[in-house]
This record gives sequence, C-alpha cells and structure tokens, in this order.
Amino acid sequence: MDAIILQILNGLDKGSAYALIALGLTLIFGTLGVVNFAHGALFMIGAFCAVTMQRLLSLSYEEIDPTRTDFLGNPLKVEVPYVEHWFGPDLGGAIVDWSVPLGILLAIPVMIGLGFAMERGLIKHFYKRPHADQILVTFGLAIVLQEIIKYFFGANPIQTGAPSAFSGSFDFGTLLGFDPNVIIYPYWRMVYFLFSLVIIGGVFAFLQFTTFGMVVRAGMADRETVGLLGIDIDRRFTLMFGLAAAVAGLAGVMYTPILAPNYHMGMDFLVLSFVVVVVGGMGSLPGAVLAGFLLGILQSFASMNEVKSLIPGIDQVIIYLVAIVILLTRPRGLMGRKGVMED
Amino acid sequence: MFGLSARDTRFLLIVIALTLLTPILLQPFPEGSSLAQFNAGYPDLMQKFAIFGIFAIGFNILFGLTGYLSFGHAAFLGVGSYTVVWMYKLLGYNVLPGLLLSVVISAAFALLIGFISLRRSGIYFSILTLAFAQMSYNLAYSVLTPITNGETGLQVYASDPQILAGSGAPTSPHLFGLVMRNSAQVDLGGWVFTFNVGYYFCAVMAILAFYISLRIFRSPFGMMLRAIKTNQTRMNYTGLNSRPYTLAAFVISGMYAGLAGGLLAAMDPLAGAERMQWTASGEVVLMTILGGAGTLMGPVLGAGFIKYFENIFSKINDGILHGWFAFLPDGLEDFIVACFHPFVGKGWHLTLGILFMLVVIFLPGGLVEGMQRIWRLVRRRKSGGPKRKDPEHRPTAAPHMAE
Repeated sequence: MDAIILQILNGLDKGSAYALIALGLTLIFGTLGVVNFAHGALFMIGAFCAVTMQRLLSLSYEEIDPTRTDFLGNPLKVEVPYVEHWFGPDLGGAIVDWSVPLGILLAIPVMIGLGFAMERGLIKHFYKRPHADQILVTFGLAIVLQEIIKYFFGANPIQTGAPSAFSGSFDFGTLLGFDPNVIIYPYWRMVYFLFSLVIIGGVFAFLQFTTFGMVVRAGMADRETVGLLGIDIDRRFTLMFGLAAAVAGLAGVMYTPILAPNYHMGMDFLVLSFVVVVVGGMGSLPGAVLAGFLLGILQSFASMNEVKSLIPGIDQVIIYLVAIVILLTRPRGLMGRKGVMED
Repeated sequence: MFGLSARDTRFLLIVIALTLLTPILLQPFPEGSSLAQFNAGYPDLMQKFAIFGIFAIGFNILFGLTGYLSFGHAAFLGVGSYTVVWMYKLLGYNVLPGLLLSVVISAAFALLIGFISLRRSGIYFSILTLAFAQMSYNLAYSVLTPITNGETGLQVYASDPQILAGSGAPTSPHLFGLVMRNSAQVDLGGWVFTFNVGYYFCAVMAILAFYISLRIFRSPFGMMLRAIKTNQTRMNYTGLNSRPYTLAAFVISGMYAGLAGGLLAAMDPLAGAERMQWTASGEVVLMTILGGAGTLMGPVLGAGFIKYFENIFSKINDGILHGWFAFLPDGLEDFIVACFHPFVGKGWHLTLGILFMLVVIFLPGGLVEGMQRIWRLVRRRKSGGPKRKDPEHRPTAAPHMAE
C-alpha cells in the first residue's frame, strides 16, 4: 500500500510537467490547428528564464569586510550581491534564495512576447499549408531556439536550487498513519504539483468563466461562424498562443530545481508531451491534463523494481506502448472529440 | 538502357560519373593552401556522403512519394548497424553476409512497424513511428544490453568466435580480402587525391540504390505512390486499397535505411544506440527536405550538404575567421568575426536550423527547386526577356470552383 502511494506521488511531478506542456500544445492545436514542435523549446526557454533570473539577482560586487580576515591576515574581500546591498542582508538574501519562483516574473513577459512573435512572424503563414510543413518549420525553429540557448548558456546542465525553505522532504506517510520515513516526498515536488494545479485551474477558469474565454471556445468549435459574427478571432487566437507559450514557460521555470536545465531538455519533454496529447485526444484540454498525470503515474509504477523484474524494460517503453495501443484502438484519444484528426 | 528512357540513362550516367569522380571533385584546393580545409575528399567524409545519401534516397521513397512523414527511420539504421557487427562477431570480418542480413532484418522490422503505423496517417503516423523508434532506442540502452552492449556500443572482441575467418583474414572489415580502410594516394602537383576502397564500395551501393529508386520513380508503382500523396481519399473511392502500396514503400525505405546502417558498421566496426535516437531520424528528414523531397537528386544533395557542413563548417574557428578578415582594420575585423562566431564552429547547428527554416518557408521544393529557379532565370536572360508562355493561344482549363 505504502509503495503504491509513493509511486503515485513520484509520478505526480513528472505528470504535472507533461500535463502543462500538453495543455499548451493542445491549446495551440485546438485554436490554431497547428502542430507545434517548438513547444518543448518554449518549456526549455522558461527554465532558462529561471537561470537568468538567478544570475541577475546574484550579480555582485566586491566589498572589504573589516570584521573578517583571510588566512594571511589581510582584510577579507567578499562578494556582495547588489540585491543584498540595496535591501539589506535579510531581505536581499531571501530574494536571492527565492530566485527560481521570482523567475516567473521574468518568464511571463518573455514567454508571452516570444509566443506573439512566433505566431505573428512565423506560424501565421503556415495555417494553410499541410501539417507536415508545420511540423517541419516548428522543428527547425526548435533547433534554432535550442542552439541560441546553447550559445549563451553552454551545453552543460546548470544547477538552480529551490528556496531553502523547500529544500527538505516531507514525511507524507505520517499524515496517513504509516510509520515515519516510509513515504517521504520532497517539498519542492509538492510545490510543483500544486503550482501546476493552480495553472491548469487558472487556464480552465479563464476559458470557462470569462467572455474572452467563451469567444475562444466558440472559435475552437467553429472558427468561421465566430468570424462571421464580427469578432476578430485571429487576434484572440494570437493571444491564446502567447498564453500557451507562457504556460510552457512557467512549467519550465518551476521545473528547474527538479531537473537542472540543459539546452536539449525541451526536445526530451516534447516527444513525451506529444504522446500525452495523442493519448488524451487531439484538441481536448481535459484529455491532455488527464493523460499527462496518468502517464506520469504509470511511468513511475513501471519503474518499480517489482514490475521491472516481472517485465524487464517496461519502464522505458510503457508510455510509448500505451500510445500505440490507444492510437490503434481509439484514435481520437481518451477524451477527444469524434472526427478531430481521426484518420 | 537498363530499362530507362534516354534522358534517364543520361541522368544515371552523369550520377555514376560524379560518384566515381568524387575523390577528385571534392579536392579542388591544393594541399597546403589556405582553402585546403574546405576540401572534402577524405575517405571518412566521402563514405558518409554515400551512406547518408542512401539513407536519404530511401527516406525519400516513403516521404517524397507517399507524403507519409516518418520520424523513426533511425531505428532501421541502428538495426542495420547492429546486424553487421553481430555478423562480424559470429562469422568474421567479411561485410557481405552482414549487409545482406541487415537488409533482411530491417525489412522485417519495417514490415512490423509499418503494418501498425500505417493504420493511421498524417501526424498520427509521425508520432507512431517516433514512438516505435524511441522504444527501440530505450530498449537498446536498457533491457537489450546483452545484444546491443548498451552504452559502450557493440564491437568485436578477440574472444569472439568468427567461425568463417581464416587464419590470414584481415582484421578489419573487408570484402573477400579487399580491406575497406585501405586507400591509394595519388600526388598530382599540389593536389593529393585519396582513393579509398571503402568509399568505392559505398559508392557502388549508392549507385545501385539510386538506380533502384530511379526505377521506382518511373514505374507504375511509383505513380501509385504519388497518387496516394495527392489524394488518398479519392484513391479509396475508386475502390483501391492503398495500404499494400504504402506498406511496400515503407518496407523499401526501411531496407534502404538498414543498408545504410550496415554500411556505417562496414566502414567502422562499431554500433551504438545513439544511431537510433530520434534526433538521427530528424536528421534524415532535414536532409531530404533541404535537398528537395520528391525529387531524385534532392535527398542526395541534402545529405551531402549536411554532412559537409557538419564536418567542414564546424571546423571553422575564430582563428580561421581572423585569418580571412585580416585585411580589414582591427576594430572592424573583430566586429565581423564576432558576428560570424555564433554561426560557425560549434554553432553550425544554428546555421543549419536557420537554413532549414528558410528552405521550408520559401523553397518547399528544397535546393533542387532553388537550382531550377536559378536555371530558369538564367535561361530567360539568355533568350532575351520573358517570352509569352503560350504563343499559340491554346485554350486553358477553367479554374476549379474552390480556387
């Protein structure tokens, strides 16, 4: 029992990332009908927003600390971040410590701007071209974005820590009446899961309860009729592209303490996120979220030693196997609408 | 000749001549000159031209003719490589049994994967093939380690049986005693030409592959594949089951990929799982599109282009750039070098990505289309101003209602 709960928890954080990326992919596919192979790169750029934020906040200058001396007896030079200089060591130190969550502040404008630029500058010209062309051009864009990041940040993963308040682990088992230290779960992963729930909830609420969201949903169902009603649906869809990019970016920002960002992390997540979208159903937002969490949990179950000894290698292929079975038996996915790209 | 029209025969003969003369054509700059680094006439690179040419030709039979975009062709490349290395281990360093078997085994793989994947089309097909290739890649790294030797990569050890290897047999890949890595060097003035056995072996294979693809393009089968690309629904309405045709195309292109993978191992007796990674599948997509999907020569051009860039462009570093722009004033020189810096050397992938995007956006027909456009432009110049297309005022078809 405890093992099962542990695996479900372990699957949640990866599942959250899949769900967030797949949600953005589905938003773009549902609104604009474009298959965006550059979405993983957006996730990666979000992660590097956190890295940039951390570097910005820890920009520092040298100061002579009169109270301390180095081993030769000279006054010690210490690096003091400007932030600490401005806000004092307590508040400033806290700001440096919280640089990853603060990365969100940087990521939102950057990602929305990038999304706009992508849609207006590139994707717009590909609506009428075949899906293969869309895949190819966004694939090329993904390579370009990835190489730009590699040029500025290098090829090695960059460690970015969570705030020290969240660095430990939480003994989840004691809450449920298990022995201590049976089910322990890092705080940050829990934060990530809750964060993803908030984002997902926010996106759904935005679509469900605002006029803007209603128009977008109407446009997803029937673009032409909405256009005939005198609504500039293209402009709203551009905004949705920016929103989808922001969702991917935020998923990336918060994921940095779990996985040190490197320039090809986007591609790694992209392949799996596409599988998630297909399993959930092309164009179905709840499907994408559901499939994201399901596949994340499934993957962590498959990597249990008991399962692995039963079917060797299952942990490596389970997601793909599920995708193949779903595609062959129920091509519209778990919650896809009938007839949406079913052939 | 060879069952081809006169035009195609001429085309084939030109291709054969170009392939056989490659060691000379790719060595245009004399040894020791500052441009010698652009010479591509060394065996390792020429072999890659031929091998990836075969890979891309095969991919083009599927993507160029039927329009099915596979993102998992590298799996067959990997299977081919593993097969050949296993044959080295079991039988000996003769490449022939391994290559034959690699084609057969990759055909079997392609049959299995194609049978399942081709039940869907469009993006679903791409994702299915991607899923299969990633599965093979992951398995090759984990459970199949006894067969694939995992991260180390499969290689031949002294303790391997090699039952067919005689006492005097060469200890590197060979074809009945012709050792692949042997080459003859010819010094002509300042030029050094390397004629490598391995390259000529790959070249013969590439010519064969090209000939077969030419025949497929001109055959009724090829016509059928093109019809499927144009409008599969209409094909189905005429009462035709298109799946056997697409499956045949898939298996053929899988065999090409298997042969290419086998040749990779025939040149260098190693096989690693990274050959099956999806980036490798992406690379062949890049090659085909960049050169021109659906054209005969395009994929080969694309393969050559990318491999050339990968090996030559990536060698240009700041020192070389400074050498080129040394004639400029100091500040300007540094500025220009700094401008070029992100795009060359380690950053050549960036150049490739940008180039690929430009091609997809502006030249959907790839480099071949670009050349045709330039050719047409030149011809029009020569013949003096644009001619009217239809001097005889033939009646034109009415535009379709939907246009």
